[in-house]
Order: sequence, then structure tokens, then C-alpha cells
Amino acid sequence: MRYDDGKDCFIYIQHEHGVIENGSLELITKAKELLSDTEENVVAVLLGTLDQNTHDTLADYGADAIIVCEHPDVSAYDCLNHAAVLTEIIETHHPKSFLFPGTVRGRELAPRISARVHTGLTADATRIELDNDEGQTHSLAITRPAFGGNLFATIITPDHVPQMATIRPGVFEMKKVNTPYAKRIDHTTDVELKSPIEIEAIIPKENDNASIADAKLIVSAGRGVKDCLDMVQHVAKTLNAELGASRALVDDGVVAKLSQVGQTGSTVRPLLYMACGISGALQHTAGMDKSETIIAINNDPAAPIFDVADLGIIGDAKEILTHLMRRLDVSNTP
Amino acid sequence: MNIAVLVKQVPNTTEIKVDKETGALIRKGIPTIINPDDLSAVEVALKLKATHGGKVHVFTMGPKSAESMLRELYARGVDDATLLCDKAFAGSDTWSTSLVLSTALKRHRFDLVIAGRQAIDGDTAQVGPQVAEFLGIPHISYVDEIRGVDATHCFLRKKEEKQSMHLKCPFPLLITVLDGIAKPRYMNMTHIFNNASRDVEILDNDALAIEKADLGIKGSPTKVKKTYAKSITKKTTAESLAPEDAAERILAVLREKGGMPDAL
Repeated sequence: MRYDDGKDCFIYIQHEHGVIENGSLELITKAKELLSDTEENVVAVLLGTLDQNTHDTLADYGADAIIVCEHPDVSAYDCLNHAAVLTEIIETHHPKSFLFPGTVRGRELAPRISARVHTGLTADATRIELDNDEGQTHSLAITRPAFGGNLFATIITPDHVPQMATIRPGVFEMKKVNTPYAKRIDHTTDVELKSPIEIEAIIPKENDNASIADAKLIVSAGRGVKDCLDMVQHVAKTLNAELGASRALVDDGVVAKLSQVGQTGSTVRPLLYMACGISGALQHTAGMDKSETIIAINNDPAAPIFDVADLGIIGDAKEILTHLMRRLDVSNTP
Repeated sequence: MNIAVLVKQVPNTTEIKVDKETGALIRKGIPTIINPDDLSAVEVALKLKATHGGKVHVFTMGPKSAESMLRELYARGVDDATLLCDKAFAGSDTWSTSLVLSTALKRHRFDLVIAGRQAIDGDTAQVGPQVAEFLGIPHISYVDEIRGVDATHCFLRKKEEKQSMHLKCPFPLLITVLDGIAKPRYMNMTHIFNNASRDVEILDNDALAIEKADLGIKGSPTKVKKTYAKSITKKTTAESLAPEDAAERILAVLREKGGMPDAL
């Protein structure tokens, strides 16, 4: 789409049952930080019901304004109906950029809109900067990993608006910034909402390890502990930690895909990440190197995981885990 | 049921190396493979065909060398293969690529279009949904099971982070599938013999007649400003410790960082 320049950064608010997806709040915080010295606003776009609590939350994390469409046919997520209304919102308000959390839904929805409005979309980005080069004002330079994390590419969209991107959840911090007030803008839709997709059932995930991206503590296993995975799981359980895994173990089929940390898995930034028997290929470290503290255990002194570790232990993971379990179980006994 | 499958030939990324000096990709000598998610998409299509009849037609956009990948798919049992190949297509981003693919698909009538979730070289997961938009048909991404098919509808399971959804959608539609959806079959000797000399349809932009302004680097809304290889910063030196001492050090860090459960 081409309209004159455009203004403001729009953020898609993914939500369900009154809970806002962290990925959306992270984007609000990040956009607010980037645009704080400009005239541009951070605008949260929410399809569904905006109650006071939700309104306050969006303002707390940095939204200057909230566009809300309360039409009943968009209150629950539907890719086609959401694409239709969001396109209408773009055509009405002419945002300069439109960011989506890189969740399953964000990555299903955003491409459809970018095709419809003829604009550029960057996938699963991990870095956003302001780009004032070449006569651009407050455009975004958006960096994303490619080739399994071996290469990073910085993408711009110089001639189309809005510039669109999906941003990997967990990469940016969500922070309350105390925006005193977020203006509410109601959007009444005129488009015909006629998605033929019907939801027949929603099945909650049995093994709730899906929260690995939000975990505060992760104990992660690599090929070096394949033969003592039960010990890693035991330590994780005792510490109330989530179990993570390298791509190797997931490819081997011994750990579920949702536990995978790295470029093709989840990006995590827990307070503490303990890597057991993980060599630390870029594929893996790119997804965990922002963890606040990293403990690495590996028997190979040259393992690249030690390059990102705060505590690096060269040794046999099985033996170390045995001692750790013993100590944890002792202190766990009343 | 007539099914189109979108496939891509990709470098085998597990063998990819980056020149640390220039940040450029070392492509020389890197073997190419069919994108794993796409191979699963082909398998799903072949299974549906086996049950419900119809034809499976694979499409790819790429250089002339991608023809070998399509021949391999003949050997797996697909009925038709089309390579979209033109210098004008080179350097296209997902928007332009999707325009090319959808223009080729519009020459036929398909009930179902299947694409792999994402390619391992770009990891964008955008081409499937964008093709669906250009075709004006619904799409569902991240499908990990086809639960059933009747005369008018497809019944699918879509995998999200915290739940799965059972969805029902009328034909025609496009789905993108996860690689776990089906285990690809081996190539069949009979198919290999029967298809060794079969032609791959090759279409250039004379056939597709897309506006040049919408193609290639020039026609792509996104531009690559720069690329670079990742550098790693060293934080500490690793130490060799006896297992007992190692366990104590770990416990100390856990305590310090508040990682110990309250009960401990």
C-alpha cells in the first residue's frame, strides 16, 4: 500500500479470556522505548472487548492510544475476520508500522494482511531499531535470523507502508512505564465478516511445557545427557524449572518439539538457564544467550556453550547431576 | 481431489558456514535438499490422493537446478510438476514470490493447496498465507493433523502454543503443515523408472505475464539493508571441577539467583 508516509506504530494485541499475550506487551514496551523522543505514538490494536483492566494494562506497558473493535465476530480469534478488520484499520488510520507478536496466530495472520495491503513483512525478528538513513524518518530497521541462526539480516521497507513485522516473543522485556493515559478510539467495522472457518473443539495441551518462553528457570538437555535424560528431568522437577532441550534431542525424538530452545525453537530469557550436555551451536545459543545467568556443564573444554556461560563446568554431566540430585533431595527431605 | 503442493529447494543448513570476516554465506559445495516441511506436505497430499483420488501437482519457484528436486518428487508419486523459473524472479521477497506462485496456481483449479510451514533457509512461514490471500481462499497455518475430508469440507487440527484447535473449513483452502504431520515415504523403483524421462513443466514470466515492477529485488517491498554473522562474546572461562564441587557451585548460584524452590 502507498499512502503519504503514515504515522505511529501499531501493535496487534493478541488476547484470550481477558489475558493479553506477553509478546504483545513486550512490543508495546519496546516501541515506546524506540519512539520516546519522537512525535510518533504507540497504538495498541485490540479486536474484542476492552474492559477497564485490559485498558489499564495496555497503558501501563506504554500504549499511548488503543484502537478497539468490539464487533462480536472478531471477539474470538479468526484469521480471516481479523485480517479483514485490521486491513480496514490500516486503511483508516495509515500507521507507519504494524508489529505482531511472532506467535502461531501472529505468524498466521500478518502475512495475509501484508499480501492484501501490498507491503513488506519481516518474519520472526529479534531486533528493532529506528532507521533515519536515506531520508527515512523514524522508519524501522528490523533484524532477523536466517539460515538456522547462522546469519542475521537487517530488513527495511523503504517504499511501502505500513512496515510490518512479526517479532519473536520473549526477546524484549515487558516493563511498566506509567503512561498516565491511553486514549480509546472505537472502530466500527463496515466489512462483511464471513470467515468459513469453524472451530469444532479446543483441546488444551496435555503436557503443559508450553510456557518455556515465560519460564524463570530452565534446565536444558543436549545430546551429552541423552542417556541420563531422566536425571535432567528430575532436577528440573525438583527445582520447579521447565525442561528445555537442544535441537539434537528434539530431532532424535526423545524430547517434545515445544521444549526446543534456539533459532528453530523458543527464545528464552529466564533468570537462570542450566545447559547440561549442550555443546552450544549458534542454533541453540541464539535462543538462550540473553538469559540472566547461564550455567553450562559439558565434558568438552572447547564447547562453544562456555562462551556464553557465567558458570562453565568442564566435567561429566551425569556425575555432576548425580551429586546435584543427592544434594537437592537431601535438602528436599523435611 | 486436486491438490497443489508448494515446495522449495534449500541448502542443507546444518552444513552451512558463514565467513566470519565478511558475514557472507559460504554456499560453495553446500548440498541442496527439498525443504523438510515441504516433503511432509507432499506426503500428506499423496496420502489424501490414495484415499480420495485426484491428482497431486507440485510447484516450485527457483533456478533451473531445482528441476532435479521435482524429478525426485515424480519418483515419490506426484502427478505433475511445475518449475517457475525466470531471471526476473530472482531476489524476490515473500510478497513477490507468493505473487509468482499464486499466478501459476490460478492456471488450474485446486481443492486444496498444501505448503510446508516454513523453509529452513528463510524460516519466514509467510509464503503459504500470502499465496492464499492472492488466491482469495482461506488458509490455516500450523496444521499437524488432517482429521478427515468429506465432499465439501476439510477437518483439521491446528497446533498452537498452549492448545490445539479442531477446525472445519470448506474447499478450496490452503494449509501449511508441520513436519510431524506425516513421515515421507521412500522413492518407489517403479515410479523412478516410469518417470525418469518425464518432463517438468517450466514456466517463465512470458507465460505468467506478471508486471515486472512486482518482481525480483525491485518489486519486493522488503529490502535487505545488511547481513552479518553472529559474533559471540566470551563471559568467563570454564573450569574443571570434581563432581561434588561442581554440584556445590551450582547450588550456590541457584541460591544466589533465587532459583531454589521455597521448600528447599
